[in-house]
Amino acid sequence: MKHLVMIGNGMAGIRVIEEILQQNREMYQITIFGAEPHPNYNRIKLSNVLQGDTTIDDIIMNEWDWYRENNIDLHVNEAIVQIDTNNKQVISEKGTIVSYDELLIATGSSSFILPIPGADKDGVTGFRDIKDCETMIKVAEKYKKAVVIGGGLLGLEAARGLLNLGMEASVVHLAPHLMERQLDSTAGAMLKNELEAQGMKFFMEKQTAEILGEERVTGLRFTDGSEIEADLIVMAVGIKANTQVAQNTDIIVNRGIVVNDFMETNIPNVYAVGECAEHREVTYGLVAPLYEQAKVLAAKLTGNEVDGYEGSIVGTQLKVAGVDLFSAGEIDEDDRTKSIKIHNDFDGVYKKILIRDNRIAGIVLYGDTSDGQKLFRMLLKREDLTGMTSTQILHTPCGGGGGGEDVASMPDDELVCGCNGVTKKTIVDAITTNELTTVDEVGGCTNAGRSCGRCKDLVGDILAYTLGDSFDKNAATKKTLCGCTTLDREEVVAEIQEKGLNSTKEVMYVLGWKNEEGCSKCRPALNYLLGMLNPTEYIDESNSRLVNEKMHANIQKDGTYSVIPRMYGGVTTAEDLKKIGEVAEKYDVPLVKLTGGQRIGLFGVKKDDLLPIWEELDMPSGYAYGKTLRTVKTCVGKTFCRYGTQDSMSLGIELEKKFERLDTPHKFKMGVSACPRNCAESGIKDIGFVGVDGGWEIYVAGNGGTDLRAGDLLCTVKTEEEALEMTSVFLQYYRETANYLERTSHWVERIGLENIKEAIADPETRKQLVERLEVTLTRYTEPWKEALENKEIQEKFYKNRQIKVEVN
Amino acid sequence: MNALKIPVKVATYEELVPQVGQPVLINDKPIALFKVTSGEVYAIEDKSPHPKGGVLSEGLVSGHYVFCPVYDWKISLADGLVQAPDEGKVQTYKVEVRDGDVYVSL
Ligand SMILES: Cc1cc2nc3c(=O)[nH]c(=O)nc-3n(C[C@H](O)[C@H](O)[C@H](O)COP(=O)(O)OP(=O)(O)OC[C@H]3O[C@@H](n4cnc5c(N)ncnc54)[C@H](O)[C@@H]3O)c2cc1C
Ligand code: FES
Repeated sequence: MKHLVMIGNGMAGIRVIEEILQQNREMYQITIFGAEPHPNYNRIKLSNVLQGDTTIDDIIMNEWDWYRENNIDLHVNEAIVQIDTNNKQVISEKGTIVSYDELLIATGSSSFILPIPGADKDGVTGFRDIKDCETMIKVAEKYKKAVVIGGGLLGLEAARGLLNLGMEASVVHLAPHLMERQLDSTAGAMLKNELEAQGMKFFMEKQTAEILGEERVTGLRFTDGSEIEADLIVMAVGIKANTQVAQNTDIIVNRGIVVNDFMETNIPNVYAVGECAEHREVTYGLVAPLYEQAKVLAAKLTGNEVDGYEGSIVGTQLKVAGVDLFSAGEIDEDDRTKSIKIHNDFDGVYKKILIRDNRIAGIVLYGDTSDGQKLFRMLLKREDLTGMTSTQILHTPCGGGGGGEDVASMPDDELVCGCNGVTKKTIVDAITTNELTTVDEVGGCTNAGRSCGRCKDLVGDILAYTLGDSFDKNAATKKTLCGCTTLDREEVVAEIQEKGLNSTKEVMYVLGWKNEEGCSKCRPALNYLLGMLNPTEYIDESNSRLVNEKMHANIQKDGTYSVIPRMYGGVTTAEDLKKIGEVAEKYDVPLVKLTGGQRIGLFGVKKDDLLPIWEELDMPSGYAYGKTLRTVKTCVGKTFCRYGTQDSMSLGIELEKKFERLDTPHKFKMGVSACPRNCAESGIKDIGFVGVDGGWEIYVAGNGGTDLRAGDLLCTVKTEEEALEMTSVFLQYYRETANYLERTSHWVERIGLENIKEAIADPETRKQLVERLEVTLTRYTEPWKEALENKEIQEKFYKNRQIKVEVN
Repeated sequence: MNALKIPVKVATYEELVPQVGQPVLINDKPIALFKVTSGEVYAIEDKSPHPKGGVLSEGLVSGHYVFCPVYDWKISLADGLVQAPDEGKVQTYKVEVRDGDVYVSL
């Protein structure tokens, strides 16, 4: 086998390796060096990580196992510092020397850091990799003021992310309007207005002269002498190709490593691909062209016939919520272009199509990009527009819905998903062979739509076209309970009620579930819905609960559990404290900690010790693991506090005793404060009470977690009884109308607070809600006690087996 | 690690509960045993292939698959393969049921 060595473990390079493995697994022994400590991840999604929509774990594209399974010798955290083309060797920073038969340079690029005084201070970062992202997230925890230099794609996505992290974000930009390489001045101004409305500040036509501060940055000075303050500076002025490895070699380097149409450098057996490569004097900064390059190179390296790479025109989108824009090709008019322009300031829509020699040469769309794909395709295919009216050019047939004709005329090998290099044929084949019916399923099978998401509309059109009459547009985009069914929550609820279904198995069987026994999404959801709809008859299925609720303890990643007993309203006794202490000591519990919900948790408990610990504690489960009432946080209240106007502890204890164990769509937290100083943080609870003179204010849908949200005032009541009644009403309405796993904060935003108030305004409705809730509350038993008394449960869930076998 | 070619008795067929994973430690090697609704018994390594994944014996079982309790990867009990869009594989072990006893070969 020949030895293929690759420098760089990023998106373009790994795509080459994937294509090679697909075509011929036996041809190369592969070694990869990556400077970062991670396996290949979706760099595009760093913006989404920063904006809080996804996590670093979720953007890994090739897990460690992928490398192992394909016998790839992977060296992470190890940069190559020198190539020796004479001896065909590479040398790493750790001194590793490896010989190659073929060498692939896929080193990508780096953030361009302006060479100005102070650029090396703490608090100055680029925006390129996981490390940069982590730096920003960390700084945001401590500091307030962020300044992003550069109002292009990356800069604006970074600024949006920093806003989401709770910082004030200012953007400094050299040009008179934003994203000047993709937008004209009209679209640029519309974008700026929108972002200002979202809370971004702009310093336009400003050039940075110096970064101020001692060790850490404190601000920056512009060339006009003015200064602004900053705790964090993100440089997003551009990228520069990583070509250092080619230094001191004969490999020709210009702006990038120069390659021909087959990604070959001027030195035999050395290739370059991705952002580090310069092809026909162009270096690229988006994945689509890089994946085209990867395809050509992989064919070349596996000895398959292939047409050379001829360069690409790229389409650009901005990944910022509330902004819809698309741009490709040329931007500004000249003497030889004609343009079609629509500017609807009222709706915030702007479209400009630049036409040169009867063909589309450029597209700028703002506010409505539904025509983007079609126009982009016309641009790429250089379609002759002779005979077309401007309305025909601008409008997709059937208002963008059907798109059937468009899809029908689209060639099989045309790329639908640029990010992931998926063609129309691949998608059509996947739909027919795997009987797919939704856009998400197509994504699961082919990866289409799983990077930037721009192609999802087109994938929907292809589904419509492929499935013909059997396609239901609403079905394809509606939020089904999970991939096992085409029904959404409302439809499932209606069917359960109409047909009187009474077990998850029955639901799945009667409603034609695709997987006979469902999946980890629908089984817990159905178990919840059935219990909510038939509280007296439905028998809870522990097999359909996820591990924590099944075991009545939180599992940690090392397989140990935590035990958190109830401590109603955060009030305890000396006797209980003694018991907890004794248990912790006897069972060698590694961590005893006060939790955020005013109680004591025992962490790191071995599975075998769960039952004896519960027995010795003899306290009820605190349900710290469940989709149910977690804790009721209280302040000391009027019994002891001089400000307290109400008895918060008493109400808190009563609430917790009444509603504990109740199944809810997601976890549910309460808080009770005796005065508006709000020591129990009632404003960030699912339901929170604030004592005022003569009664209680009730706040709902607050959230102190990742989606920080202040609660809304639902109403004010006079007595404790009324407070309890209102809680029942709110809880039951939430239980009956929220999607499974929807927190109250999301639910209230989706349904609207006013609509909820209206729905529960009628006393009769309120009475019925309370009645249904009361019936439900009789359903539950204390789970720890039950486990201790029931041998069958013990056998089923808490038994460990250990077997020793002699090995000769 | 020394491979045990001899089948080891780990449980009786009767005592395994359908759809509930059973952890077994064989010479300190954690194995998860599953009896599925249709009656087959499978044995796989008791650790999700996700780098931060959890203990598979605690996962939700559906048909011939188990879902990792921490990262929700769907894993085939028959061949150990992680289902798309995720990737990976867990070790599977041969299981035999003889005279009402369940044997696993490491
Ligand atoms: C925040 C952000 C948002 C983006 N959004 C989009 C988008 O919406 N759409 C889009 O199409 N593109 C987007 N991009 C661009 C896209 O991510 C890149 O085009 C793509 O990652 C380039 O792939 P590559 O393999 O050439 O380089 P990379 O993915 O950067 O991989 C190169 C790897 O090589 C390593 N390396 C460098 N030098 C050495 C050395 N000497 N030895 C060993 N390893 C080395 C680097 O550490 C790096 O891990 C975005 C980029 C960022 C940063
Ligand atoms: S084009 Fe980006 S995900 Fe398909």
